[in-house]
Amino acid sequence: MRGYTGKILEVDLSSGNIKEVKISEDVLRQYIGGRGLGVKILWDRLGSRWEEIDPLGPENLLIVLTGPLTGFVPGGRICISGKSPQSNGIVGSTFAGEFPVDLKCAGYDGIIFTGVAEKPTYLLIKDSDIELRDASHVWGKGAKETVLTLVKEAREVFGRRYRGRGLWKEPSMMYIGPAGEKLCRAAAVTSKWAHAAGYGGYGAVMGSKRLKAVLVKGTGPLPDVYDMNKTIEYAEKIAKASLANDLFRRWGTASGGYRFGVETSSEPIMNWQEEWHNEESFGVDKFELFWVKRYWGDFGCATTCLKLAVINSGPFKGAITDNPDYENQAYLGTNLGIFQPDANIYLTSLIDELGFCGIQAGNLLAFAAELYQRGILTREDLGGIDLRWGDSEAFAALIKMVAERRGIGDILAEGTYRAALKISSMKGIDVMKYAVTAKGIAIGAHGIRSGRDYPHYVSYPCSVQGGDHTSVAQMPVEHGELMTILHDSAVLCTFNFFSPIAREALWGLLGAVTGWNITPEEWFNIMARRILHIQRATLLLGGPDLRWSPEIHDDLPQRWYEPLTKGPYSGRAADRTRMKEYVKEYYRSVGWDENGIPSSDELKRLGLEDVDKKLEQLRRTLS
Amino acid sequence: MPSLIWIYRNYQNCSGCRRCEIACSLSHEGKIWPEASRIRVFMLVPGIEVPHLCAQCHDYPCVDTCPVKALSVNKETGAVIVDREKCIACGRCIDACPGKVPYIHPRDNYAVICDLCNGDPKCVKACNEGGWNALQIVRRFGGYNFKLYAKTPEVITRELAKRFYGEEIAEEI
Repeated sequence: MRGYTGKILEVDLSSGNIKEVKISEDVLRQYIGGRGLGVKILWDRLGSRWEEIDPLGPENLLIVLTGPLTGFVPGGRICISGKSPQSNGIVGSTFAGEFPVDLKCAGYDGIIFTGVAEKPTYLLIKDSDIELRDASHVWGKGAKETVLTLVKEAREVFGRRYRGRGLWKEPSMMYIGPAGEKLCRAAAVTSKWAHAAGYGGYGAVMGSKRLKAVLVKGTGPLPDVYDMNKTIEYAEKIAKASLANDLFRRWGTASGGYRFGVETSSEPIMNWQEEWHNEESFGVDKFELFWVKRYWGDFGCATTCLKLAVINSGPFKGAITDNPDYENQAYLGTNLGIFQPDANIYLTSLIDELGFCGIQAGNLLAFAAELYQRGILTREDLGGIDLRWGDSEAFAALIKMVAERRGIGDILAEGTYRAALKISSMKGIDVMKYAVTAKGIAIGAHGIRSGRDYPHYVSYPCSVQGGDHTSVAQMPVEHGELMTILHDSAVLCTFNFFSPIAREALWGLLGAVTGWNITPEEWFNIMARRILHIQRATLLLGGPDLRWSPEIHDDLPQRWYEPLTKGPYSGRAADRTRMKEYVKEYYRSVGWDENGIPSSDELKRLGLEDVDKKLEQLRRTLS
Repeated sequence: MPSLIWIYRNYQNCSGCRRCEIACSLSHEGKIWPEASRIRVFMLVPGIEVPHLCAQCHDYPCVDTCPVKALSVNKETGAVIVDREKCIACGRCIDACPGKVPYIHPRDNYAVICDLCNGDPKCVKACNEGGWNALQIVRRFGGYNFKLYAKTPEVITRELAKRFYGEEIAEEI
């Protein structure tokens, strides 16, 4: 097989045993890597007892997988998966950086973690030299101290063990912050500063396994490909298309904080009570002033859309993060009533430091603030915090309580959806209507009410990754998550695939690297559907604490049925009748029955008889 | 005709994309191989990426120190050329280099040093293409200044951290 190293590490944290696993070429040809292969491994190992598995228990797996294109495509990524503590299904959650490349150069396509370590642990890999090490000294520490301490430690180890080879480059690293250690369901797995695999809550899964970090240095080359000349040719084509996208390269997504408010009216404002603003204070021209590095990118990226933002003076001195990108501008800015770049950079930096996903954390904070606005949560409930819109210090204080599970923080640490369940029963008031989530996952910062942004009615409710704005259900289905599944399995960054030229070249690149002739037809009709259906099956099977009913949960958040009251799209709201029709239409177009369950015929057509059998019970319950 | 050139480096502009490492290793190894690239981007602190490569010191201490005369200077480009057959990977050139730039090839066991691609450096091309311009080709004149750039990534990182993150934050780092 080409483009792969052909080996996956399996690390049993309970026993400390480390072994190599081989995946057959047949399985790789069907599931590619990243999200797809993660889904396959999870289903094979846990599928028969899926509903019984506690995502934060010892039986869950933490799977870290590259794909065949990782390293060969401009802007490669790695995919984290496992049973999600947010959705109880599977989320493929990716981050970019050098970690994916270092892992492949060390000779591994990925790592499967099983069990739970006895004490805080990190994994150090140098090619085939692999060691579990004590992480007690960094347990409880934030991102900066964790990164600097462990990188230094690893370089010292390498320097001692492999003397006389010259200076050791730092190993790449993925890690969790205090939020993951405390099993906050909004916790991310992070790399560098601010490079987060946020959706899914896999920071909490890492925390449940007492795995603080993974550091890897690979000194070999990337694996052989089927046709190197063609690989370079296609990769260059994709790179050229990205390089031509000059405004996106300059601004990254940081132009969104203003634009998605004033132009498309689809930006969350104060827990989505509004989606329109025209605050020029939040313009990209203001953010640019904080960028000490105007292009900041990851291995092989032609776009380098990230920016290094630093605050060097004033009350927020010491804050370091990326742009912030649009999602963080919105969720840790406008959604909290904050329209000042410096306050937004400060909160984003704090979220990074604590190890949260900015989207999940910002959604959670705004949910709490709306409950405070409505008098449902009192100042006493909030441990004395006066949680007013726009007050960045108040939000900072609350998110620290969440990271430490102090007071109300213990409830909020369960994430917006589960916190809404708890607070509803605690207060005897239904607060679920203020939770803007899909399948337990906070929805990305792109609303649908104005009809001007890319998501539509079914985008989040029918996505197998819930609120994930990068993996949305669309019609025709080829435009939605069936395509994202390829990106997350290959594994690559969607931001280098905006242009039609790059999209076309992707199929050629996949062939040049792997030697397999995978056509769009085969992908959309067969391969992507297998992965989609298994993800859907796991979502419906759910977990010990909760499961989803398509009838109730394949729906928009309540908030979006309320009309917008400001801006040019004032009065617009989602329509319930149309919603029901769209959902049925989407079910039909992806091969799910009228109850939203992957149909028996469809599953048999794809050779997924075991999934079909497992869903029999569910079909009987729902019909 | 190759001419006496130098790769000017502006660390603040480095995006950390490592397209220089890809271009270099493809050209020298026929593979994408960051750890065998003649230019290595260090990131001892995230956000501070330091392209690390030979500065062609005027007095070439690495060449002087080589016990087996495996290193020589290409008169036309000024680059240090390593004779793989002669090199015994003793590491003395690394010790002699003020920037600790050379390192031992991860597979083939010889000292790896930038050869300026015989006057047409692929890394610079990759960097310019993206408009980052952390690396630029300049005509070489004078002598002693180049050695100032033969610094370890640790030293450069510390200087940049002060600039990017401010004195106080740099101290923490």
